[in-house]
This record gives sequence, structure tokens and C-alpha cells, in this order.
Amino acid sequence: MKMSKSPWLLHYDASSCNGCDIEVLASTTPVYDVERFGVINTGNPKHADILVVTGGVNYQNKPVLEQLYAQMPDPKVVVAAGICACDGGVFKDCYNILGGIDKVIPVDVYAPGCAVRPECLIDAVVKAIAILDEKRARMKAENKA
Amino acid sequence: MNAYILGAVFIVAAPLLGGLLSGLDRVFAARMQGRQGPPVVQPFYDLSKLFQKRANIVNRYQALLVFGHLVFAAFTAFMIFSGGDILLTLFCLTLSEVFLCMTASSANGPYSSMSSQRELMQIMCVEPMLLLMAIGYYLATGSFMISDFLKADTPAIVKMPGFFVGFLVILIVELRKSPFDISSSHHAHQEMVKGITTDISGNIMGMSELAEWYEVAIMFAFSGLFFIDRHPISILFVVLAALAVFFFENLVDNVFPRVKWEIMFRVCWGVSFVAGGANLFFLLMMQK
Repeated sequence: MKMSKSPWLLHYDASSCNGCDIEVLASTTPVYDVERFGVINTGNPKHADILVVTGGVNYQNKPVLEQLYAQMPDPKVVVAAGICACDGGVFKDCYNILGGIDKVIPVDVYAPGCAVRPECLIDAVVKAIAILDEKRARMKAENKA
Repeated sequence: MNAYILGAVFIVAAPLLGGLLSGLDRVFAARMQGRQGPPVVQPFYDLSKLFQKRANIVNRYQALLVFGHLVFAAFTAFMIFSGGDILLTLFCLTLSEVFLCMTASSANGPYSSMSSQRELMQIMCVEPMLLLMAIGYYLATGSFMISDFLKADTPAIVKMPGFFVGFLVILIVELRKSPFDISSSHHAHQEMVKGITTDISGNIMGMSELAEWYEVAIMFAFSGLFFIDRHPISILFVVLAALAVFFFENLVDNVFPRVKWEIMFRVCWGVSFVAGGANLFFLLMMQK
């Protein structure tokens, strides 16, 4: 069975204005209901397959984000949700902001928008699970070699 | 001999049944909340995914302890369906849960340690009722052997309605439903991350998930024991009762908010001693 049938999410708010966070939560409500695809919003990096990050990274939460990423077991993918997570957005030039989250951890899918639309986010997750399957296939090949 | 074969069959069938019930549970909860919900076989996708993931091992005991949890859960299922001693079955089930507590305690993480303590608290809330239930069965049927319960003329529920009420309340704790999802639950954003399984990951998490399915199947088997007797028609009542219990547990899960452990303690022991105790008193009176 493919891993993509059961993507468990971890949602982290790096320094978001909460606009994108509300949209992430909106995806789990009856209107969008991401659980249709087996998506669970786990609160635990050790159970998660997909890390969804909202907001640009600042110096305060850089180590937190690094640690969350390190605690997720392989294979894993990262989705940058919202324009701030993609490249810093309107906060790009602030002295405390490092920029998009790809300055700290590798990002697989970028979902722009201010705030990110739930449709866009669900699309991003669908793309992310395809990458998850690819990574699993690569991991399997490495284990055999 | 036949009993052992039945027990062995159930070792395979229990996780299938437990997984299916978990899937139904998720669909049912989603429909209650006005959502479509995942496919019924979603828990099987989840399990397959977990076994494909790499585990982050936190210490060298973790895998062994979770394996112990799984083995004793499977052995409990075997004992019930081979018609074994109900007391031994209950002790075996507790041992399986203690293994899980030890796994969480060994991880040395704050959430795991706290959840482990709360899990012990939950065991303490549940055990009196389970043991009272075993005593009730002895008084009602004259034996502790599950195989003898199947030979009774009337189902146990006739003599043990109080025990059944108590059992329904502790079942909420055993199935980790709100409001008693103190140490672990499937709901996101709970107090202690993922509770007792916080530090378990990858294929080790897969083992613990499998053990949970065994527990679900065991609990529904216990609820069935109240309704079974020597007539084959009673199997229909067992299935109907399991469905009713399933509906009730889900309703409780969706209607009530979560509570603190003190309230769990009060409710579980209160109902156990009032409903179970009163029933026990009447059974003792009837014997005289």
C-alpha cells in the first residue's frame, strides 16, 4: 500500500499573523474536510509525514523549526503554506525575519497566498504526498543497495 | 482442542475486527460532525504507512516493551476465545497496559512521563470494575471460565445489569474516548501532544497501533459476554449489543468535552461501586 494513503500533518506556526493558520484549520472543517484523504492533524512531529509551516522564520523560532524537522522520521516532506513561509512576504525586510522557511529547512512544495486558500493548501498536500511516495521508493532502493 | 483453534483464529481475526471498528469509528464521528470522513479501511492504510516509516529510537528498551504490549494483548484475545479463565484474562490485559506505561516511562520525555502516570491512573479507575465484573460472573454462572458462560441458560445481563452499566462507563476510558481521553487520544491539539505514544514512532508505533486494535476487539468481546448463552440466537444479541455499545461510546465521545483526571476518578469509582456494588449485593442475596 502506498504511503500517500495516510498523510499525517504537523502544523507549525513559525511567525505567522495567524491568517494562514486559520485557513489550515479551515481545511479540517466540514466544508473542506481533508480527513476524506486520510489526513490527520497530529500534534506530534514523531508521528508526522508532512510538515506544514506558516509564516516567515525569525531568529527566535529557527532552532524550534530545525528541531521539529529533525524529530520527524523519514520519509518526510515540507510544505510552505502562505507567501510569508515561501519567501518572507511583506515581512521580508524586517530586521528579525530570516525570510522564507527554506532558509532553515529544505522545502518540497510552496503554497503561496495571503492568506493561503484552503483549496491551494489541499492541492499542495496532494503534491506533497506524491513526493512522499517518491522519497519512500528511494529509501527502499537505498535499503536494498 | 476446538477452543484452542478458535483462540488461534481470533489472534488473526481480532486486529482485523479492531481495525475495522476503528475505521467505522472515524467515519461515524465524521458523520456526527457533518463531515464525510475517511474510508472505512483508513486505519489499515495508516498501519501500512507506519510500518514503512523509519523509527526514531529513543532508547534500546522501547521496541522490546512495545512488543511485550502487543504480545500480551494478542494473548488476552487468545484466552477469551479459547474460553479461558476471565480473571487470568483481565490480569493479562493489565500486564499488556503496564508494558505500554513502561515504554512511555522509559522514554524520559516530559509528555511521555506525564502520560504514563495518567495511564496508570486510568488503569486504577478501570480495574475495580473489571474485577467486580469477574466476581459477578462467578456469582451468576458459578464459574470463572469463559467456556462455562457459554453454557448458561440465560444471558448474564439478566443477573448483571448493574455490572453492565459500570462496564459501559469504564469502556469510555478503555477505548480512549472523550471525556476520559486523558493519557492519549486521536484528537489533535490535546493537552499532552499525543499522550502515551508521543515518543513512539515509525514501525514501533505500528506495533502499538496493532495492540490497540486488539484491545478494541477484546473490549467488544467483553461486552458480548454479557449477552451470550447456550442458544445460538444469542449471537445475534451479541452483535446488536456491540452495535448499541459502539453507538453509545461514539455519542459520548462527540457530545462531552474533556475532563480532568480527578473527575474521571470520581465518576469511574462512583459508578463502579454504586452500580457494580448494588448488583453484587443482590447477587449475594439471591444466593442465600
